[in-house]
Amino acid sequence: MLDAILAHYNYWLIIILMMIGLYIVISRGNLVKKIVGLNIFQTSVFLLYITLAKVTGGTAPILTGKPEIFSNPLPHVLILTAIVVGIATTALGFALVVRIRESYGSIEEDDILAAERAEEEIAVKEALS
Amino acid sequence: MGAEMITIVNIVLLTMLCFSAVAIMLLRHLFAVAALTGAFSLLSAGLLVALDAVDVAFTEAAVGGGISTVLMLGTLALTQRREHRPPRFSLPALLVVIATGGALIYATSDMPAYGDPNAPALQHVVPVYIEGSRNDIGVPNIVTSILASYRGYDTLGEVAVIFTAGIGVMFLLGRRREDEDDEGMVRHGPGNDPESSEPEETAS
Repeated sequence: MLDAILAHYNYWLIIILMMIGLYIVISRGNLVKKIVGLNIFQTSVFLLYITLAKVTGGTAPILTGKPEIFSNPLPHVLILTAIVVGIATTALGFALVVRIRESYGSIEEDDILAAERAEEEIAVKEALS
Repeated sequence: MGAEMITIVNIVLLTMLCFSAVAIMLLRHLFAVAALTGAFSLLSAGLLVALDAVDVAFTEAAVGGGISTVLMLGTLALTQRREHRPPRFSLPALLVVIATGGALIYATSDMPAYGDPNAPALQHVVPVYIEGSRNDIGVPNIVTSILASYRGYDTLGEVAVIFTAGIGVMFLLGRRREDEDDEGMVRHGPGNDPESSEPEETAS
């Protein structure tokens, strides 16, 4: 039983972290908060991959000339790429938030939806008159 | 020492990460959220070092802790500093999260044990990469040799993504300055009353 827990506790804690991020994305109306939640989710996916790469008794995958056990370097490479792509999408998300704030005067989801509805009503009235 | 120590470090760091994520969820002051995001990245960089991923830890500390915090502070300066609505409990979100998390935790029973040296992922191409970077490429850091040589096209694709994102940001925020030049100051500055939920007329 303890062996089973020790073999998987890392995965479980990372999944809990991932779910906290998902809950922030779904339940919070503030757009900046939503992007932060997405970042938490993303970081926990990175941690999940790196955890898969860990080998007990292994070292960082750097050749020193001695025969050694290395952790799996392939997930490290993939996650290195993913972190940089992640910052690019985050930057784009924040730029969208700034632009939304300029157009609607708010970054709260409720206010933006209310403004959308009001605009639609005005458009319908103008079309009828 | 050794494996037990690493286990304790892992559990402590992951618990701290969970606590800072919950704090980010509950806080309404977005500056505090930005600071906590930086701390979150730093903690995850520490965890990456404990998991032997030193290159990833460098990148996470620089990009996650540095650049992303700066970007977020810039966004706050251009928008607002407080979340207007108090944190509300959302039952559908909780149900979705519990269902997803339950399914994922159930799926971990099929995964190789943590630190298993016989995991299938270690058997396939990885020995070839390790031998190749020892004998053919001659770069001591295996991550570097895979990134730049074996998987160089990944890095090329990454550059394409960053370029696209940069162009997107330029189009989204660059237009604004032209609008300002044409029509004078139409932008809603951060000093405007943040309490007004009145949607203002769009400038464009």
